[in-house]
Amino acid sequence: MRATFVASEVGTGLRRNLTMTIAVIITVAVSLALFGASLLVRAQVSTMKDFWYDKVEVSIFLCSKGSDTPSCAGGAVTAAQRDQIKTDLESLRPLVQEIFYESKADAYARFKEQFKNSPIVSNVSEDALPESFRVKLSDPTKYDVVASAFAGRPGIEQVNDQRQILDKFFRLLGGLQLIALLIALVMLVVTVLLIVNTMRVAAFSRRRETSIMRLVGASNFYIQLPFLLEAALAAGLGAVLAIVGLVAMKSILIDQVLAPSFQFTAFVGWDAVLAIAPIMLVTGVLLAGLAAFFTLRKYLRV
Amino acid sequence: MVILFDHVTKVYASQQRPALDDVSLEVEKGEFVFLVGPSGSGKSTFLRLVLREERPTKGSVWVLGKDLSRLSNWKIPALRRQVGTVFQDFRLLPNKTVFENIAFALEVIGKPSGHIKKVVPEVLEVVGLEGKEGRRPDELSGGEQQRVAIARAFVNRPMLLIADEPTGNLDPGTSIGIMKLLDRINKLGTTVVMSTHDSQIVDQMRRRVIELDSGHVVRDQSRGVYGYAR
Repeated sequence: MRATFVASEVGTGLRRNLTMTIAVIITVAVSLALFGASLLVRAQVSTMKDFWYDKVEVSIFLCSKGSDTPSCAGGAVTAAQRDQIKTDLESLRPLVQEIFYESKADAYARFKEQFKNSPIVSNVSEDALPESFRVKLSDPTKYDVVASAFAGRPGIEQVNDQRQILDKFFRLLGGLQLIALLIALVMLVVTVLLIVNTMRVAAFSRRRETSIMRLVGASNFYIQLPFLLEAALAAGLGAVLAIVGLVAMKSILIDQVLAPSFQFTAFVGWDAVLAIAPIMLVTGVLLAGLAAFFTLRKYLRV
Repeated sequence: MVILFDHVTKVYASQQRPALDDVSLEVEKGEFVFLVGPSGSGKSTFLRLVLREERPTKGSVWVLGKDLSRLSNWKIPALRRQVGTVFQDFRLLPNKTVFENIAFALEVIGKPSGHIKKVVPEVLEVVGLEGKEGRRPDELSGGEQQRVAIARAFVNRPMLLIADEPTGNLDPGTSIGIMKLLDRINKLGTTVVMSTHDSQIVDQMRRRVIELDSGHVVRDQSRGVYGYAR
């Protein structure tokens, strides 16, 4: 194997087929950038899930004077009922990790803090807000255990799971990710077709060389290698461009635009980018290599 | 022996009449064989079978001791390295010099550059092109281009040289020069099988002549002439 000879063949091939090579580089870059972006969105969803599921609680709202749910028929919750609920919650450990009692006064203070810029505060009295138990679960998905034990019990107005609200949001993000992934897949198919066609043109434009190579007994591998390397090199360049795009997405869109505006949530870190980049590179090079390989098997037959 | 055809029939998918019909013959080591006959008589099919560009429909083809119908695909390159080929249209690379054209054939089978620098001048001397290694094909005459092609075919000192109408594009004077060269290569120990339409050459050389007509061997003479001697 003569490395310099193969390298010069690759160089000649790429120069001779420059427009097609550029087209391959660009389509690979665009499709892989989309692919990488969809992976980044998925990483973002999982980062947010980690961040939020850690903070979500199950709220058990207790009956106050004006509650009209059937379980509140007996009027406001009594001290005995409240103690019983607390004991029952304690018995659910270790699923129940933390129990925090929020009195009407605490609830009012939190309400005033949350809506301090809104005129609504002056219309709401302390009495209108229910007292509650805030329960943190070791496994937030086991909300049903708590709900079935407490919902509908006398003295309890409502059992609320914050996770259900978050899940709607995550489903939306998941849908966006799926759309990005579908577009990326369509683009990757386009890329493969383009590479197949490029290889056909390349094999045709060099048929004189390859026929002589066959004639003098060059091995199939030796005949195909320059073509395969060309495809892999073009795809590799495209993948590098796509990775540059992904880095720009992370450092500009996420770090400088989104993160300062949405400080209440967590965003993906560089570790996610670092994990996605090699996937993009391998996908691009492998896809191009395989597409080229199967095309050449057809067009550079012994 | 170098070539053995054992009851070989070749039928192309697009045709009903066989291109070769039950052909059996042998070519011994060191022979010089002319393959003559009108167009469509099966000469090209014969050569393509020897090069394993086609497989026989029936019968078996042996080349250099190997049964080609049982030779697996990946072993074909090794066979072709022992068989030189020359064509009517030279098949040179126009953007490479004479030296590079011959070197290309060696590079693609992985020969080291030291070896190439040694053997290319040697083979250029054999074909009489010393001093022209820097020229490009379009700066050479047809005869010189064919000498480059022969040099490329001969540079690995093959056991067998296949020449498919090597003088078909050349004028009679130049053709004689090419024939002298092929004769010299034959005397260096390489078996030569050459298809031709050139009766003058065949008559002058007085070598073995195999005549094909409609896929049959109609004549096989050890010191033959082109025609009319049947």
